[in-house]
Amino acid sequence: MAARADLGLLALGFEGSANKIGVGVVRLDGAILSNPRRTFITPAGQGFLPRETATHHQQHVVELAAAALREAGVTMAQIGLICYTKGPGMGAPLRAAAVAARTLAALWRKPLIPVNHCVAHIEMGRLATGKARPVVLYVSGGNTQVIAYLNQRYHIFGETIDIAVGNMLDRFARLLNLSNDPSPGYNIEQLAKSAPRAAAAGGGGGGGEHGRLVELPYGVFGMDVSFSGILSHIQAIAPALLASGGATAAELCYALQETVFAMLVEVTERALAHCGGDSVLLVGGVGCNERLQQMMRDMCADRGAVLGAMDERYCVDNGAMIAWTGMVDYARSGRAPEWAELYCTQRFRTDEVHVHWRDD
Amino acid sequence: MEPVLLAQGAEARVYAARLNGSPTVVKERFAKAYRHPDIDYRLRSTRMAQEAKMLLRARQAGVRAPTVHFADMQACALHLEHVDGPTAKRFIQERTVEEVHAVATAIGEAVAKLHDADIVHGDLTTSNMLLRGGAADQLVMIDFGLGQFTTLVKDKAVDLYVCEKAFLSTHPSSDALFAHMLDAYKASSRHGAEVVSHLDKVRARGRKKICLG
Repeated sequence: MAARADLGLLALGFEGSANKIGVGVVRLDGAILSNPRRTFITPAGQGFLPRETATHHQQHVVELAAAALREAGVTMAQIGLICYTKGPGMGAPLRAAAVAARTLAALWRKPLIPVNHCVAHIEMGRLATGKARPVVLYVSGGNTQVIAYLNQRYHIFGETIDIAVGNMLDRFARLLNLSNDPSPGYNIEQLAKSAPRAAAAGGGGGGGEHGRLVELPYGVFGMDVSFSGILSHIQAIAPALLASGGATAAELCYALQETVFAMLVEVTERALAHCGGDSVLLVGGVGCNERLQQMMRDMCADRGAVLGAMDERYCVDNGAMIAWTGMVDYARSGRAPEWAELYCTQRFRTDEVHVHWRDD
Repeated sequence: MEPVLLAQGAEARVYAARLNGSPTVVKERFAKAYRHPDIDYRLRSTRMAQEAKMLLRARQAGVRAPTVHFADMQACALHLEHVDGPTAKRFIQERTVEEVHAVATAIGEAVAKLHDADIVHGDLTTSNMLLRGGAADQLVMIDFGLGQFTTLVKDKAVDLYVCEKAFLSTHPSSDALFAHMLDAYKASSRHGAEVVSHLDKVRARGRKKICLG
């Protein structure tokens, strides 16, 4: 890709597919010059609604764009292209970022590149970890997919057949009235850490300290996973358990994490065994969970593979990952789509993208 | 005799060993250190029990499948009958057209019997079928690890779809062979015509689901 464009090429990227609005400046040599973002945080017990989230993004996108340029020490004139999230995501928030990107591109006559949000997590993860061909577990509030690359396509090996794992965790947090600051999943994780542990009593598993496990359904179907039944189940049993003292909120958080993360690691391991890969990349907001990281790392260690995880650049939604992905696309193709193609959409599968910029 | 590792998947290891002096194949679902020991044991033991149950039901339905000699509940290991013979994959690659056609018929009839007994194999590849003693009429189905009990036509159609994919990707220009297998299936299954017509719908779907952002 460097053949066509000089390594000083700069891209400005806009991301707003969920409750975060972010703008980043990235250089073609991979340097992230700036990456500010704001998160729309709702009161405990409430999720984020499309219209309110879009309003939040509209209120902050201009100051974020200015901050991104200021922090990077560049002007709009120096920017080579503008990138934005085409999808998937929530419609109204997506449009808030897309309109800002289109406006700037029209004002400054810059090429405008649409980017698939899931592919952006993967490309930024590959850049940050230096792992060329990882099996990817993408887990967030809106997505749950196991992805492997083959022939210029990111294939979905397995995915959720109903709701995303992050959505399930968010809704469980609402049941317990946990804070959404910084995120519901983070507060579930902290509460789970406080569940009492005892040394494992021999048998299966890996020794170490384990807590008492409230039994929950286990939803793995071939390569796919399901979370809605687990959510219904825990919503049904939690009030009585909590009221009777049969289980504490911490124990429920612990059991939920242990169960759903075991499911995710299991399907990731199957993909890894099938592809014969040597690395796993954990991306998306749920990828920030330290217990999930630990389980994935243990699984990888058993297979002689390595894990790339917990890096804000690719785990959490941000503008830089959009800028980077749009830039590698543009640097290879040398063209921007027609204006009419520059829309955004809620439904945009990872495996729809022709990954023409990879040659392996 | 020390156990000899035959194969290792993501979930289980398969060994050749001896039980009471006779050759046996051991399928051990090994412990996973990454997950909670309660979840780990629950998954391994229920999956082992499920597989043993499917092997038994398959045999009751008249399909050749390894006998279960012993289920080791502690290690979550099934001790199975050792079946001597090539895989259907190798057989198809090496034998004459007539013999290969006979095997395709046998596969169609065996899958029909499974489906009539409401068993879906889940992984119908030619590597998961053996021919005892290298005889075309001695087809043995193995590895029911992804199997399930189901009465639904669509599940059976997906089973055939997986089989078709495996046939076409393993054996070059095997369209006619798979069609032959389907004919045998249709002729001998009670709901053969219904399942095969549903197969067209599964094929048309291609991608089996739409992911919402």
